[in-house]
Amino acid sequence: MNKENVQIDKREMVISLKELKKSFGQVHVLDGVNLEMKAGENIAILGRSGSGKSVLIKIISGLLKPDGGLVKVLGQEVDKLNEEDLQALRLKIGFSFQSSALYDSMSVRENLKFPLVRNRRELNDKEVNDAIDSVLNDVGLPQTINQMPSELSGGQKKRIGIARTLILKPEIMLYDEPTSGLDPITCIEVNNLILKVQQDYKTSSIIITHDLTCAKTTGNKVAVLSEGKFLKIGSFNEVFSSDEAYIKAFYDYNFTENNITNEK
Amino acid sequence: MEPTAKKSEITATKKYLISKGIDGFFEDLYDLYSFIIRFFKESFSTPFEWREIINQCYAVGYKTLLLVSVTGFITGTVFTKQSRPSLSAFGAASWLPSLVSIAIIKTMAPLITALIAAGKVGSNIGAELGSMKVTEQIDAMEVSATNPFKFLVVSRILAITFMMPVLVLYTALVGMMGAYLNVHSNELTSFTSFFISAFKSIEFKDIFSSLFKALCYGFTIGVAGCYQGYYAQNGTQGVGRAANLAVVFSMFLIFVEELLIVQVLNNFK
Repeated sequence: MNKENVQIDKREMVISLKELKKSFGQVHVLDGVNLEMKAGENIAILGRSGSGKSVLIKIISGLLKPDGGLVKVLGQEVDKLNEEDLQALRLKIGFSFQSSALYDSMSVRENLKFPLVRNRRELNDKEVNDAIDSVLNDVGLPQTINQMPSELSGGQKKRIGIARTLILKPEIMLYDEPTSGLDPITCIEVNNLILKVQQDYKTSSIIITHDLTCAKTTGNKVAVLSEGKFLKIGSFNEVFSSDEAYIKAFYDYNFTENNITNEK
Repeated sequence: MEPTAKKSEITATKKYLISKGIDGFFEDLYDLYSFIIRFFKESFSTPFEWREIINQCYAVGYKTLLLVSVTGFITGTVFTKQSRPSLSAFGAASWLPSLVSIAIIKTMAPLITALIAAGKVGSNIGAELGSMKVTEQIDAMEVSATNPFKFLVVSRILAITFMMPVLVLYTALVGMMGAYLNVHSNELTSFTSFFISAFKSIEFKDIFSSLFKALCYGFTIGVAGCYQGYYAQNGTQGVGRAANLAVVFSMFLIFVEELLIVQVLNNFK
């Protein structure tokens, strides 16, 4: 899989954030965030824990309301939509949760069937089963169809979580820490899956991560969030050629030995 | 001067905490009010979640049937056994079926069923929704364009509200059977004469009030369980807290409602 193979439509803006603000009590989590994402593009967002990365994608998907600023997704202002329009927009947005958020009382098949039968009522049983088989093949886990979430490994849960969003054929994918808690080999598999989704499903994606390998592999652009604002947005090499201490700390931890304290 | 300053500081802190507590109480009350209003709005809007409501009705019945059968039977038997000496002392042992039927149908069956359901179903709803909340399953449902309030909350509240009257009638029947077996083994009363005697003192109004209470208790258990679970926070600790509060609140409110409903219905004599 190669991110260079994808076609980015530079004219079509799928997500546009302007001066986005969000606070929880006295804590200003987002304090004037600006971002523009074009069709077909993958943007990896890096930042420390608690820096507001997850809050950002929850605002984009309409799970949280912003305190101020503009949030435009596929040309619609998310926080101004009524319930019906928001539901319609959400069908075009796939959200892969950090915890996978699989329905633990349902098997893999039922997890995939649930959003499909509720939103595509016109499909018959055969079409539903074909869609489930197809999406499970795409994430490489057809053998798990009758398993319960508790029987799956962390990496399998992540991939089934992604499959559950793909079954609705979204235009935008939001990944919340897709590689957290996974071993390096499974991380590579998940990164490849993100690229495969971008190419096969023609999605535009925001990938929230701490993992620079994931950001480098999957992101056409990288954005670093700090103190409620983006410090830098650009290609991986542009961002990490910066002398900014905060950005260097990320790079050093992931790619050099500077993070290891020698106490000998 | 320092001790005085400290004392005034403590008083100010106390006042602040009290006012914060009062504010919090009214905020919670307003949240609960909004939750109930939303329940009624969503209950009457399409599409209806019939399949999930039926699944939940089945779950409520399945979870409580054995427990209410055993407790209903024991209550009927024990109440009859305990009442016999007092009635016999006045030579009124023949009134036993009437006394037992009034006690079981009017009060004991609704109350016992509600308490069992609060413990079994209410805690289960609180824990289930709480767990779904803290593991982001409710958010996942919302982002996949499914209304989680309607699917999870409305279906559960409706299911337990409508299943409670059925369970109360069943508990009353089992309780009466327990009472009959006790009376039969002591006084050799026949099945027919026991039930004729028992239902002589029961009017339609009594059964209606019992069913009305059952509806109120069911609604209370459903709202308490769903409210606590749907707004659970702080991980697994929050799940335990949601289950616990669901039971505590519903049990407390059931007794308050019992008192109020009895006061109101007694005025309709």
